[in-house]
Amino acid sequence: MKVSTLARGLLGAIKSSAPALTRSHFTYYPTKFSKGSGEVQKMNMFQAINNAMDLALEQDKSALLFGEDVGFGGVFRCSMNLRDKHGNDRVFNTPLCEQGIAGFAIGVANTGATAIAEIQFADYIFPSFDQIVNEAAKYRYRSGGLFDCGSLTFRVPCGAVGHGALYHSQSPEAYFAHTPGLRVVIPRGPIKAKGLLLACIRDPNPCIMFEPKTLYRAAVEEVPTASYTEELGKAEVLREGKDVTLIGWGTQIHVLLEVADLAKKQLNVDCEVIDLVSILPWDTHTVCNSASKTGRVVIAHEAPFTQGFGSELAAYIQEKCFLRLEAPVKRVTGWDTPFPHVFEPFYLPDKHRCLSAVKEIVNY
Amino acid sequence: MSFLRKSIKLINSAGAARYNAKMLGCVSVQRYYSAKGQQPTTFPGARDAAFVNTLKLTMPEDYAPIPIYRVMDRDGYILNESEDPQLSRETVEKMFRDMLLLSTMDKILYESQRQGRISFYMTNFGEEASHIGSAAALNMQDIIYGQYREAGVLVWRGFRIDQFIDQCYGNVDDLGRGKQMPVHYGSKELNFVTISSPLSTQIPQAVGAAYALKRRPDNDSCVVCYFGEGAASEGDAHAAFNFAATLECPVILFCRNNGFAISTPSNEQYRGDGIAGRGPMGYGIATIRCDGTDVFAVYNAMKKAREYVLRENKPIVFEALAYRVGHHSTSDDSTAYRSADEIEVWNTFEHPISKLKSYMIHKGWFNEHEETEFVNGVRKQVLKQIAISEKKLKPNWREMFEGVYEQMPEHLLEQQREMERHIEAHKQHYPLKSFKQ
Repeated sequence: MKVSTLARGLLGAIKSSAPALTRSHFTYYPTKFSKGSGEVQKMNMFQAINNAMDLALEQDKSALLFGEDVGFGGVFRCSMNLRDKHGNDRVFNTPLCEQGIAGFAIGVANTGATAIAEIQFADYIFPSFDQIVNEAAKYRYRSGGLFDCGSLTFRVPCGAVGHGALYHSQSPEAYFAHTPGLRVVIPRGPIKAKGLLLACIRDPNPCIMFEPKTLYRAAVEEVPTASYTEELGKAEVLREGKDVTLIGWGTQIHVLLEVADLAKKQLNVDCEVIDLVSILPWDTHTVCNSASKTGRVVIAHEAPFTQGFGSELAAYIQEKCFLRLEAPVKRVTGWDTPFPHVFEPFYLPDKHRCLSAVKEIVNY
Repeated sequence: MSFLRKSIKLINSAGAARYNAKMLGCVSVQRYYSAKGQQPTTFPGARDAAFVNTLKLTMPEDYAPIPIYRVMDRDGYILNESEDPQLSRETVEKMFRDMLLLSTMDKILYESQRQGRISFYMTNFGEEASHIGSAAALNMQDIIYGQYREAGVLVWRGFRIDQFIDQCYGNVDDLGRGKQMPVHYGSKELNFVTISSPLSTQIPQAVGAAYALKRRPDNDSCVVCYFGEGAASEGDAHAAFNFAATLECPVILFCRNNGFAISTPSNEQYRGDGIAGRGPMGYGIATIRCDGTDVFAVYNAMKKAREYVLRENKPIVFEALAYRVGHHSTSDDSTAYRSADEIEVWNTFEHPISKLKSYMIHKGWFNEHEETEFVNGVRKQVLKQIAISEKKLKPNWREMFEGVYEQMPEHLLEQQREMERHIEAHKQHYPLKSFKQ
């Protein structure tokens, strides 16, 4: 996957001369840490993740961190300085082989040691699909609880980045959402990323954290320096509203928060914004409560439409909130195409597409 | 500048020294180097290689095949006294009995599948020695990852007949709680990681486990991973070999090369020198190839392999050559792709049990009467256990929802309740009587 590093370098160079290519499709809405006081520090998302892993390695001497190019700090700088601090037997490079990384991680976790495995890009997680789906997810179940790999966490950069094209932009969460036994989470920023990662590392089930890579540097928040965890399987209502429920995760949350502002201003529509956070298991209560209250739901994700995770949400909401719905559940997503290079601005479910969906279901 | 020159010189001389040592110690016929007087290069991708000035393809034939280590001949005579492991009569008898037990149990369970009493079975015929010989050379704390044809390792470690048969029936006493197909055994107590059907997935896992063990203070456990030569074609095998080498893991990568992957003969599986041939030049892993029908050869080789991996914290590629005497599984008729005559050879004088038997006869340790009694005893025990295991209830169907996660999440609780309501209303359509309530 070295090509990605090269690609980033090249695209970085293009950035300055062709700003149109890298226009950002979202405005970042920072989160405030709500749980008590304590020392905080300004961190972007890669720093928050770095800080989480630093704490995890410090608190649990069995913990290992590995993947491609993790040793020198990672191509996104998430593991910066961790090798120097915790030793090269704990933070190390593996050969370039995703199925090996996943299998190796499962074996580490089989012994009870903690494994934090990095897959360099979500687009390259597919070679390890077999290890994750057939092995990691089913380990406890098939052995009748004799063996498990619960102390395993995959960290996987995902999502649109402006110029990532087919293999540096994918959001493969729906593939994994169809796999009983896994936990899948996606943070929307640094505070969430740190808390979720620490929760995943300690959770006794194999977890995948997809990290929207466009937020690594763009998202900056006041992050507590101490250890804390975010609850897994729990959605978060970021903004209360009575007219329309907007559901998303990852980067898309920031699009939806802006859509809520625009809807208020332009349409006088009051939107409730929900960050789903956990794709599997997901928080049916929070979603259904909101859908029942507003009667109108827009779900938005970057991944393609057909069989995207939005389909699961829409079907579930339709089944559980049928009598409360005032309009069909609307999905605004990436198109059913591969993720394109120069057409990215036309591909993404941006604020304009989301806003027109809101307009559509309010007028239904 | 001067520092740079000096270090290059140092690297070169170190490289040359390593290179010479390698050439001296090498068994292979290496004709392609004209190494004399050449400076080794400093390309980072192949630091120890020398330049040549004549173009020549490196051919597979340039390497002599890795030899097959054996201790006994087919008549049970020790070929080189200094290699005789000198095992006590007691140990050899346990080896023999465990092989007989495995083989007897296999015959009956195979038949019982034929009669439709269990859904599936896989025998171990012809490979008993590689299981028993390797297991005997290990310590109990060594962790085993298997493929599915290693039941002998469990027999050696003390897995009981009732445990085998309960698993095949998936009844209430199955340690795996009736969730997997027959022969997918596992035992926490015996450090035998539960078998799964996807081939080779266990190999990189074994490597990861070995890495974790290595980090434990005063570690004295290694990991042994069994797989067939067919499974060695999977990408996971490549991943595992390479990770084991680069991350220096105390793991024995034990290939049971029995000549067939279902119907595919090994010459359609690979063109190199078996699996052993991939070890030293391919991945930089120390390698052993032995006669898998010779229990002492397997035993000696495993002893040495275990010592090596624990001393060096490095892996070993271990190839045990044998022949799959039985069908691939109960879903396979192997005479569709190989001759009965060929099978017969391996089922008689090349058979691991008959070789060990001959050895015991020479030693005066074999007693025909005792053997018959033992086999009859096992037969009775297995048949009796089949009757018992068959009658046992299956686990409560609600267990179907358990173990997906460490704790049952809300949506699974909900689905379990939904099924409860459904069963309550449609009891008559489900085999509830066979399941624990």
